[in-house]
Amino acid sequence: MKTRGFGLSGGRAGCYPPRPLGAPRMYKLLLCWRYLRTRWIALASVVSVTLGVATMIVVNAVMSGFSHEMQTRIHGILSDLVFESHSLSGFQDPQWHMEEIRRAGGDAIAGMTPTVAVPAMLNFQVRGQWITRQIMFIGIDEATHASVSDFGRYLQHPANRAQLSFDLRDGGYDTVDSQAEAATEPTRPALEGAGWPHRRMRVERERLYRERTRGEASPVRPVDQQVDAVLAATDESAAAAPAAEAGADRPANPFQAARPQAGTAMDPAQEQFTGIVPGIGLASFRDATGVDRFLVLPGDDVKVTFPTAGTPPKAATDTFTIVDFYESKMSEYDSNFVFVPIAALQRMRGMVDPQSGLTSVNSIQIKLAPGADLDAVRNTLRKAFPADLYAVSTWRDKQGPLLAAVDMEMSVLNILLFLIIAVAGFGILAIFFMIVVEKTRDIGILKSLGAGSSGIAGIFLGYGLALGLVGAGAGLALGLAIVTNLNRIRAGVEWLSGARVFDPSIYYFHRIPTIVDVGTIAWIIAGAVAIAVASSVLPALRAARLHPVEALRHD
Amino acid sequence: MTDQLPPVLEVRDLRKTYRSGDATLEILRGVDFHLERGGFVSIVGQSGSGNLMGLLDAPDAGAVLLDGARIDGLPAGRRDRLRNTAIGMVFQAYHLLPELDALENVMAPLLVRHGALEWLRVRRAARDRARDLLDRFGLGGRLRHKPRQLSGGEMQRVAIARALVAGPRVLLADEPTGNLDQATGAGILDALCELNRAAGLSIVLVTHDTAIAGRADRIVRLAAGRVEASPASACRLAG
Repeated sequence: MKTRGFGLSGGRAGCYPPRPLGAPRMYKLLLCWRYLRTRWIALASVVSVTLGVATMIVVNAVMSGFSHEMQTRIHGILSDLVFESHSLSGFQDPQWHMEEIRRAGGDAIAGMTPTVAVPAMLNFQVRGQWITRQIMFIGIDEATHASVSDFGRYLQHPANRAQLSFDLRDGGYDTVDSQAEAATEPTRPALEGAGWPHRRMRVERERLYRERTRGEASPVRPVDQQVDAVLAATDESAAAAPAAEAGADRPANPFQAARPQAGTAMDPAQEQFTGIVPGIGLASFRDATGVDRFLVLPGDDVKVTFPTAGTPPKAATDTFTIVDFYESKMSEYDSNFVFVPIAALQRMRGMVDPQSGLTSVNSIQIKLAPGADLDAVRNTLRKAFPADLYAVSTWRDKQGPLLAAVDMEMSVLNILLFLIIAVAGFGILAIFFMIVVEKTRDIGILKSLGAGSSGIAGIFLGYGLALGLVGAGAGLALGLAIVTNLNRIRAGVEWLSGARVFDPSIYYFHRIPTIVDVGTIAWIIAGAVAIAVASSVLPALRAARLHPVEALRHD
Repeated sequence: MTDQLPPVLEVRDLRKTYRSGDATLEILRGVDFHLERGGFVSIVGQSGSGNLMGLLDAPDAGAVLLDGARIDGLPAGRRDRLRNTAIGMVFQAYHLLPELDALENVMAPLLVRHGALEWLRVRRAARDRARDLLDRFGLGGRLRHKPRQLSGGEMQRVAIARALVAGPRVLLADEPTGNLDQATGAGILDALCELNRAAGLSIVLVTHDTAIAGRADRIVRLAAGRVEASPASACRLAG
């Protein structure tokens, strides 16, 4: 009946073929597609959606990259849980405490190591000038410390990264930052000769200098004499110790043990003092070309002034030999932390009970089994130990304000950037209104052909959806392209402008870290598309309400 | 032709007032007329009646009946369906969709009718039918041309093909030759007459031109919003 002639026997009123729910009428799809392809001005309006989405993706990737890098580094030096004493003198018998912790924590405890941490001063001589820095002086157990944190990863000698030793190495320190992802030019040429070769050379130079100046006026400057006087005064107690030792079977005076070489001449070319690992920020600085300049090197001797464990604490000073540098890339730690063997520090501070031989420690670092609930174990331990004597905190607690600040910064940035996309929404709104006016006649035509008001609204909503998808899709592609090539872009910008965009001497990263989180991107895209659709609602309603006769009269 | 058959379209006591600002314009003051099945009626005088019959506008009073059933005052959904399936409309300004080519414009009512999934099934048949219609109007070689690439006469023929593609029960032509020169307009009228004679299509032709109105079987003259007279004549081919 419809094949020949002009087929005039149309369907009865109301006998529309049933159509599957959800499948839009074909004309909506066709017209959306045609509008999308022919209205360039509308595409221009989604450029800001594209830019907003791309910016949000890049910012989120960089921020979470930084955040992740920072947390890794914080967590690298802080163990999962820290069990510490409020007192600088610490608590006795770490072994008993560790057993109690294990009993309380059960299977969640994977490893523990005792540490002693006290504030101290690091003194070293550079070109005859004494430099003093305020430090956190930390005694660690080299055998077990690696089991609770990534401490070893951040050392400069490959052998020390495998197993830390406080004995000076015979050269072989990395001249390239081992944590830089891509092999770069040696940025630490000074470490080339570090270790025993450097120490022997320095000793020889000092000997020659002494020989040359023998008989002449003392080369010691007044400032050196003052420092020596202070050091000598604090050394008196140690110097008095050997005299007391005459007594027959009295337990060894711990202060005597603190000076194993006291009274004997030491050959600094062959022997070292107790090993020490300062943070790299204490001993070096990065110049404008990205090369690290060192004030002291592994093999040099430094003096550390620290409080003893008595009441009230007295200042004690001892000499140590630098055996390695610690570089976590967190400048707060790298310019603050100095590590020594825990046994030596306990001896020097008088933390070994001369009667029982029991040692004291400040804190116990605890590593949890994978999957263990950090806060739950912390709360268990808080219940098990009196809170007025011990503090139990997670690594997050320790850096809570910093981590919270980063999270806060990220949320605020996201809100601000999302406002950009919202602004783009108003652009779409305006342009859609114009398109509805321009298409008024077409809307009348479609209504005369039997399209319903909801169908007309559907065209514009679908058009908004399509524009949102196109804009967000382009933004996704652009954002991912930028994130992937971020470091190349940075290099290009630096090359073009001649200025350092991302100064490694400030950030201590060689590349900008990025993390692309699929969930975040999904939210960004969903938000952008939702805004595009929402901004097309008003124009779509206006189009739907157009009176067909008025619309058809429109020219 | 066949007076004993019930009229395909009937209008009873139709009234319509338009308002623009403070002024009111009463264009229809109780119009009665009917179109027999297979008939060809011209309405001369007030425009706007075409829109009322095409359900694009609602009358203030009176009734519009299609095959004896009232179609004014129907819910919006059913009105849309009737426009899509039962009534074909041709306008003075062609009213083709500029984004679609000739073939797609002819298929437009079918595109409106069918869902996207359904379209996959009926696409071939719809395209064949649209191409068939365009072939009959001598536009077989211009299927892929956009309206702006077509002449006025060609556009109007595309519009007529579009009005026919859904197989309507009645064709409403509102000043179909108003934008065309004499010769082209005559061609369009020939096509309408041919449709009426050969295919038995019921046609209402709204015009202000008595000469054009004369091509219909019957002329309904409207003056001051009322039917003046309806002298009968015969549909005749020009020339």
